[in-house]
Amino acid sequence: MEASLNASTKLDRGAARTDPGSVETVTLSVPDIVCGNCIRTVENALRSVKGVAAARANLSSHRVTVTFDPSVDGDAVDAVKLVTALKTVGYTAAELVEGAETAAAHGRTSDLVPRLGVAGFAAANIMLLSVSVWSGEVSDMDPSVRDLFHWVSALIALPAIAYAGQPFFRSAFSALRARRLNMDVPISLGILLATAMSLFQTIEGSGQVYFDAAITLVFFLLIGRVLDEGVRVRAKGAAENLLSLRAMNATVIAEDGTVRTVSARSLRPGMRVVVAAGERVPGDGMIVSGASELDESLITGETVPRSVTTGDHVHAGTVNGGGVLHIDVTSADDNTLLAEIGRLMLAAEQSRGGYVRLADRAAQIYAPAVHVAGLLTFIGWMLAGSGWELSLTHAIAVLIITCPCALALAVPAVQVAAMSRLFDRGIIVKSADALERIGEIDNVVFDKTGTLTLDRIDLIDDPPIDAKLLAHVASLAAASRHPYAQAVVRAARKRGLAVDAFDGVREVPGSGLLYCHDAKEERLGSSEWVGAERQTDASLWYKSADGTLTGFRFADRIRPDARETVEALTRADFGVELLSGDRPDPVARAAAATGIARWRAALRPAEKLQRIGDLHAGGARPLMVGDGLNDAPALAAGHASISPASAADISQAAADVVFQGDRLGAVVETLKVAQAAHRMALQNFAIAIGYNAVFVPLAMFGYVTPLIAAVAMSTSSIVVTANAIRLRTKSLRLSPVRRRT
Amino acid sequence: MTSLAWLIPAALALGLMGLAGFLWALKNGQFEDLEGASWRAIDDEEPSHTSDKDGR
Repeated sequence: MEASLNASTKLDRGAARTDPGSVETVTLSVPDIVCGNCIRTVENALRSVKGVAAARANLSSHRVTVTFDPSVDGDAVDAVKLVTALKTVGYTAAELVEGAETAAAHGRTSDLVPRLGVAGFAAANIMLLSVSVWSGEVSDMDPSVRDLFHWVSALIALPAIAYAGQPFFRSAFSALRARRLNMDVPISLGILLATAMSLFQTIEGSGQVYFDAAITLVFFLLIGRVLDEGVRVRAKGAAENLLSLRAMNATVIAEDGTVRTVSARSLRPGMRVVVAAGERVPGDGMIVSGASELDESLITGETVPRSVTTGDHVHAGTVNGGGVLHIDVTSADDNTLLAEIGRLMLAAEQSRGGYVRLADRAAQIYAPAVHVAGLLTFIGWMLAGSGWELSLTHAIAVLIITCPCALALAVPAVQVAAMSRLFDRGIIVKSADALERIGEIDNVVFDKTGTLTLDRIDLIDDPPIDAKLLAHVASLAAASRHPYAQAVVRAARKRGLAVDAFDGVREVPGSGLLYCHDAKEERLGSSEWVGAERQTDASLWYKSADGTLTGFRFADRIRPDARETVEALTRADFGVELLSGDRPDPVARAAAATGIARWRAALRPAEKLQRIGDLHAGGARPLMVGDGLNDAPALAAGHASISPASAADISQAAADVVFQGDRLGAVVETLKVAQAAHRMALQNFAIAIGYNAVFVPLAMFGYVTPLIAAVAMSTSSIVVTANAIRLRTKSLRLSPVRRRT
Repeated sequence: MTSLAWLIPAALALGLMGLAGFLWALKNGQFEDLEGASWRAIDDEEPSHTSDKDGR
């Protein structure tokens, strides 16, 4: 299963098993930990499992860390057992899939926060000293005291900047080595020059000392980074929790007939697994016994289950609708559907790698401009005959004052506000540049099954079916879990008809239901099963005791606000399209129900990808909204992509944004926030540039004092951040786009 | 003037103590679960023995 891609290479290492000795640690995702009582219940339940040494629940991340001794006499503890223990007290839990990656993200935040602490300490102390020096300018401070204060500032600032500024220096260095410019280059240059010059001036004993400006710059920028990182880690954690819960377990039958439950990722070719009705098939394989219908909507987009029997091949991710299946897991094969989808997805993702983030694009214009301004200042003062030392001082003052604190905060501050606003509405944005890309979207491409529609199908009750017949058929259908049967029961209940399941209804897997009473036989099932001709579009047939046939038609259940969503998008002039792998009939119906004019049906994954590619080629920026495995390549290829939380793992991994809940309005909300974030980032750039327009001339003509530098920088940072925070509560409107197709 | 000779070191030492305290708390996992900690404080049960000292 190379197809499970980057996800699965981590999976094998998954579940941070740390200690090499007799103690193991696993992290479980438990989404229902929401209050103090939950903490106690969960921890107590886990501690009562024999062999568990400690359990610590984390309410913020909805996870539990369990330490246990796996070698406890005979009755070994493992993650599956812990999950079962939690289930008995009413909590759904799952082993965390990407333990390794979480640890990495975790390491980076705890790396930034100490740096922030040090920078904050240094900034506060240096500011105290600087304020004394500034007030000393207008009173009677002795120059020797001023010099002492400068020396103390230097003593605090130098180690603090060396430690706290490292993230910027490192990023700037790697950008320069790749012969690129990013925002960290002017930042690092500004910090280093300010520090070096201040040190020089301190030794010389003059007044132009900028330690305060340099360290507050580092402090403010680190605040931005920490917030940014925090939101991202939180979003990522939530996404991992979702994925872990959807990770499948497999019931394996050993050769000696014993049955045990393992996680699907530890399945190996040659193992035999049992899949009960309603369970997901854990791996690609071949049916060795049993017959059933498989719901393959996750893979093909087809809503109607496929009948399978012994000898048929099945794909991982499909849902067994009928009888029990015994499946032999086949070897990982490069020709499996999953592998093909995986390859398409990798290729598509690479094409997106060239995206340049807004802040970096700004830096590419900004950095040269700043450096030229500094150079001009130096040349100007030299020509005016002020000597190289004063000229250099003024040039460096220009670099310090232009050092893009506001500019560097402009984008991250907005993104943090936008991402946390979306997060509160159950929408998880996986990366910051995803938000930027969504802000540029002008076309929205929907998938049908699971995206426009929910996973359920409805009976078409128009013209109304005879009430007596419907009640009778529903009573018959109540015995089955097949989606058609359940739809019939739901329709009957909706009409207020009494449904009481008949006794003695027998389900023939892959065919239908059989009901024998008073030596008469009734059948409900496929057209072949009841002996009907396959001409009409009816999918379920009922053959009554006297042999009359009745056909039932079904339609997908459209998400409650799908039509509104499409209308909102069309009103704002977005191009809206429907691409589905399902048959033309249901796709046409879904398109009509949601008001989408452009639709295509029966597309294979590669054809969806092709269509997205065509849109790109036409200059459009398509947003792919999809959930199926068959959408994964298209999701990776779209300029940006959104998946519902019910989507296949691989699709969630490919999508930029994952939303929870039944409402498709999340797509509009995401677009709104992303557009607003884009506008606000530009506003912030305008503020930052306005600030430069005032202070750069001052600096070039040599009027900037350390006081002005410190005040100007702090104010611009605060203004930019305050502007960004408005995004959290502002009411937004979807603004019209100019389409390029 | 001479008072500066000990006031500045004293101020810095106090500040450093605060910083050290913050860094210790961070390393010790005190900020790992802010929401959970507020609930644990009002939990009436006897504190159970959590022997996990690795700060997670």
